[in-house]
Amino acid sequence: MSKSQTTVVVTGLGATTPLGGDVASTWSALLAGESGVRRLDWDNVDELPVQFAAQVAVDPAEVLPKQRLRRLDRNQALALIAAREAWLHAGYAPPLEKGDDPGAERAGDVVDGDRLGVVLSSGIGGLHTALNSYDVFREKGWKRVSPFTVPMLMPNGASGHVGIEYGAMAGSHALVSACASSGEAVGYAIDMIRAGRADVVICGGTESCIHPLQMASFGSMRAMSTRNDEPERASRPYDKNRDGFVLGEGSAVMILESEEHARARGARIHAIASGAGYSGDAYDIVLPDPSGGGQAKAMRRALADAGLEPADIVHVNAHATSTPAGDVAELNSIKVALGEDVARRLTVTATKSMTGHLLGGAGALESVITILTLREGLVPPVANLEDPDDDVDLDIVRGEPRKLADGPAAAINNSFGFGGHNVSVIFQRAE
Amino acid sequence: MAEVATEQQILDGLAEIIDDIVGIDKSEVTPEKNFIDDLDIDSLSMVEIAVAAQDQFGVEIPDDELRNLKTVKDVINFVQNLQQQQG
Repeated sequence: MSKSQTTVVVTGLGATTPLGGDVASTWSALLAGESGVRRLDWDNVDELPVQFAAQVAVDPAEVLPKQRLRRLDRNQALALIAAREAWLHAGYAPPLEKGDDPGAERAGDVVDGDRLGVVLSSGIGGLHTALNSYDVFREKGWKRVSPFTVPMLMPNGASGHVGIEYGAMAGSHALVSACASSGEAVGYAIDMIRAGRADVVICGGTESCIHPLQMASFGSMRAMSTRNDEPERASRPYDKNRDGFVLGEGSAVMILESEEHARARGARIHAIASGAGYSGDAYDIVLPDPSGGGQAKAMRRALADAGLEPADIVHVNAHATSTPAGDVAELNSIKVALGEDVARRLTVTATKSMTGHLLGGAGALESVITILTLREGLVPPVANLEDPDDDVDLDIVRGEPRKLADGPAAAINNSFGFGGHNVSVIFQRAE
Repeated sequence: MAEVATEQQILDGLAEIIDDIVGIDKSEVTPEKNFIDDLDIDSLSMVEIAVAAQDQFGVEIPDDELRNLKTVKDVINFVQNLQQQQG
């Protein structure tokens, strides 16, 4: 590591996504090239410009009790579900319930709360709560508005709830940078551990804003695919006939900890969280800088932060959202950042072709996928890539999953957000 | 509401609401129980419960009164009194 001796490792993974209610089901669907995109079953959906999205495969109502759900926005419920999976996956003990004997033997490891942090992002926050509460207010008056409306609509709500669940007192944070939000959350979590402010950090992202207003507002930007007759084939990064992104929802959470802390408790290490790099385009509020300079800077800064060389990178999980301009611009940025030779040797995948675009949850979900790609040595293929764009000249994995060579390997996960936020996170295979 | 509910009807209705909102088993909700000390219900949840109770029993519970309703029996008495006045 370039700046610090502290190595940060990943010890737990959790996710609830359009492909499955946990990491295992999501991963097997990714390898099979399945799509989580479906036509929406809303009344009056025909009046919307976009009539499909990638909703979570397992509704939170199947997992959490209704009393708990009354006080959680859907994005917060999804985050809590993903966090619980990650926490148990890391080998930590479930939190004590009311009435449990605090002195009794615990089913898993226990962390000092002052050494436990949370960094959980949402790009949009509690949109469902804000809009539904406003409907209640207009129809029934202020007294019928839930007293939990504010904590449900605030974008840091998920971070707060997860922090309470696990007694995290080292700091609870919620970085907001649109579709880069949870990539930044992973980077911030790495920094918390390197700086010595925490030994363990629960980090990730969540989003749930599949609401008619979003279909209208992203639709009005002409940012989303309008392939209403073939929803499953709508998200098609790098394909000649791509026509925009597909809105997704879900959450992904990782447990990061110092290698020393993980080894001391004998935890399984799934990957090294090597570093992150950031840049601002300072160009346009929604359009990416067409030169790709900002994206390339983020990747190069991530390499420097991780203490790695371009040649160490064998794989990129691209931001690639299936927009006509964005996908190819990112490929150019990869070439600028890593050099033509390295760029042509590595594999590229774009898993939004299957999950849709989770906005503030995307960086975390694609981090989890990148970690699994390194750990399992398998690159999930880009779905719906039938006729690659003429400008695509890197090795995009399609058709079947691709095997990665054994041995040391590092991979970049890119996330770029409206506002010109660019973040690249690097993971390395654990030895 | 012209009819005045019996104590048992109000208790049953209240227990149903409390179970729905905070997930406390209906059998736990008995007249002598204090909402905060015995049932561990926080103030924001009490607001939700009061709103649901107003809808169910057809009475208005002003915020000033809500603060004085400390036990299940307090609510039962309050609802019965109001219903009698309205009836």
